[in-house]
Amino acid sequence: MKLFTLSAGAMALTAGMSGAAFAQTELTMWYHGAGNEVESQIINQIVSDFNASQSDWSVTLESFPQAAYNDSVTAGALAGNLPDILDVDGPNMPNWAWSGYMQPLQIDEAKIANFLPGTKGIWDGKLYSIGLWDAAVALVTRQSIIDELGLRTPTLEQPWTQDEFMAALDAAKASGKYDFALDLGTAWTGEWFPYAFSPLLQSFGGDIIDRSSYKSAEGALNGDAANAWGNWWQGLFANGYAQATQDGADRDTGFNTGKYAFSWNGNWAALGTLAAYDDALFLPAPDLGNGPKIGAASWQFGVSASSEHPDGASAFIEFALQDKYLAAFSNGIGLIPATPAAAAMTENYKEGGPLHGFFALSQAQGVLRPVTPGYVVQAKVFEKAAADIANGADVADTLDAAVDEIEADIEKNGGYGH
Amino acid sequence: MALVSPDNRGLRLATRYAVLTIIALIFCFPLVFMIMSSLKPSEQLLLDTASLRAFLPIGDISLDNYSAAFKRAPVGLFVFNSMLVTGVTVVLSLLICSMTAFSIVFLNWRGRDLVLSIILATLIVPFETIAIPMLLLASKLPWIGLDGFTTGWLNTYRVQIVPFIADGLTIYLFVQYFKDLPHELIEASRVEGASWGQIYRRIVMPLAGPVLATAAILKFLAMYNQYLWPLMVVQQEQYRPVMVGLQYFFQLNIAWGEIMAYLSLITVPVLAFYLFLQRAFIASIASTGVKG
Repeated sequence: MKLFTLSAGAMALTAGMSGAAFAQTELTMWYHGAGNEVESQIINQIVSDFNASQSDWSVTLESFPQAAYNDSVTAGALAGNLPDILDVDGPNMPNWAWSGYMQPLQIDEAKIANFLPGTKGIWDGKLYSIGLWDAAVALVTRQSIIDELGLRTPTLEQPWTQDEFMAALDAAKASGKYDFALDLGTAWTGEWFPYAFSPLLQSFGGDIIDRSSYKSAEGALNGDAANAWGNWWQGLFANGYAQATQDGADRDTGFNTGKYAFSWNGNWAALGTLAAYDDALFLPAPDLGNGPKIGAASWQFGVSASSEHPDGASAFIEFALQDKYLAAFSNGIGLIPATPAAAAMTENYKEGGPLHGFFALSQAQGVLRPVTPGYVVQAKVFEKAAADIANGADVADTLDAAVDEIEADIEKNGGYGH
Repeated sequence: MALVSPDNRGLRLATRYAVLTIIALIFCFPLVFMIMSSLKPSEQLLLDTASLRAFLPIGDISLDNYSAAFKRAPVGLFVFNSMLVTGVTVVLSLLICSMTAFSIVFLNWRGRDLVLSIILATLIVPFETIAIPMLLLASKLPWIGLDGFTTGWLNTYRVQIVPFIADGLTIYLFVQYFKDLPHELIEASRVEGASWGQIYRRIVMPLAGPVLATAAILKFLAMYNQYLWPLMVVQQEQYRPVMVGLQYFFQLNIAWGEIMAYLSLITVPVLAFYLFLQRAFIASIASTGVKG
């Protein structure tokens, strides 16, 4: 009888423990990092830590390759098959929120007060997504090139003016040592164009769209400032400073093998440059008249609209925002950690670290791409216009056509909720 | 004066072989480039693209890209998934489409010309235009399996197989081939008392080797190269095919060497399948040409 009682007690205890484990409500999560071993390890570690840290929620992760991620989410939304937690590329967030794929985050915004501005995905006055990192673009060169060409080293406080920038390109071209003075990365199509080149348009005083209303591109993309940008942009190629059509291999290895004097490139490529040159410099964007600008916002976490457990999903995201995870991502994949405290914990972005300048660049010069659901279309229109102008199309006509296309899309979509 | 002397005949032969060799090399170059590149580090691979070095196994040669590719993605799983989906689809497609064509060509039923016209009309409908309705349908289809009754076919093998079993092109290939078979054979079999099933199994299909090979190769390629549909209906890695798996290699810093290694690996089944059916495939093309 005693044996029976003991056995029954043990079984009850086991069942009770199993019950506690089963009591965790399952949350599903989609992430874009498949194929990146380091990134996968870090996100798996966060999921594992979260699941072990509390007894209410259990996150199950499904990773997708980045190049296929957006299409998978769109298909998942159509099929009513979205997970609880998903990640979203910052500029796409307004479109996904407007399309009903996402719902606002339920996290204490005081906890993200010190995050880099580009990491906060705010649409319609509500926080929909938050990033653990940001990305930044810099004008990459070498100290030896600056010295050899007799140039002033620009700083955040005193970046190059347009004249100084053009003088630098002239000097590089005149030296005859480089295939081209400037590597703009035109081999990279897609989001690179609006991310890397629309800030140059903004630095001229133009923009992809009029941000005061988000209902029109008239004047912003085809006004005097935009036309000035277009003529300047076209001149970079027509005058032989850069290539309108670039070989992918040149983009990947050109600067590091001495083909270019300057390269307009992101922080994700910086470690390769540092390995190639011990005197690599990451300079701020030039001020083309309306202040120096670079693109901001990278991948961010959000909660799907169909999630029945937004509190649990938000709890996971809040858990992931710890500085140690921000630093782990930065150390692992080279991106800019979202907070100064996390930056101080990293090898590259801490004070005195080789990439510390990128953190400052992101803080000082980062500009969000237009925060509107229509951006996904506007980005493609801008990309085509910039590529056409680079290849010799008439600047005014091309920008007018781009404006017409953007306005037609806004009208077709009822103003995108603005 | 003789138009063809032994001398100039030899010259013409040599010229013909030279031209054919050049054409063969041109067709082989992409494969050679892929395999050679898969043995080189990404930096060397990119630098070599500017010269003939790209086609030669020189420089820093190793199998490192292959081990890195296996580390980056579950290559074996993706190849298995693609082979399973492709293999099952090809077999079922050959069976169903040949039966359909047999019915249209040999069975005398009302409306078969209209049905054939409708089947052929599907050839002009791009898959992209029906992909979303198919997705919505697939997400709601019922199924009875080991888990009992469930709704939704997403994240399964069957959702990658069933929609592609029957297609207009394969049916059309069989119809055209069956039409050229001597009808006396069929009539004689009927007179001898053979059922339609027996005629299909014992008379028609044994004669259909070339069209079976052609249809199998075309279907194999179409299925093995599937990208959009599995991207839409499969969210779980365990069901992903090779072409979606290729995207694992397109990171911020693209690992070109690993991509070439992955491509070399996933090309092996395609080449093996083609070489296996090559003779019948060429016979099918040749017979089509002769009949005009």
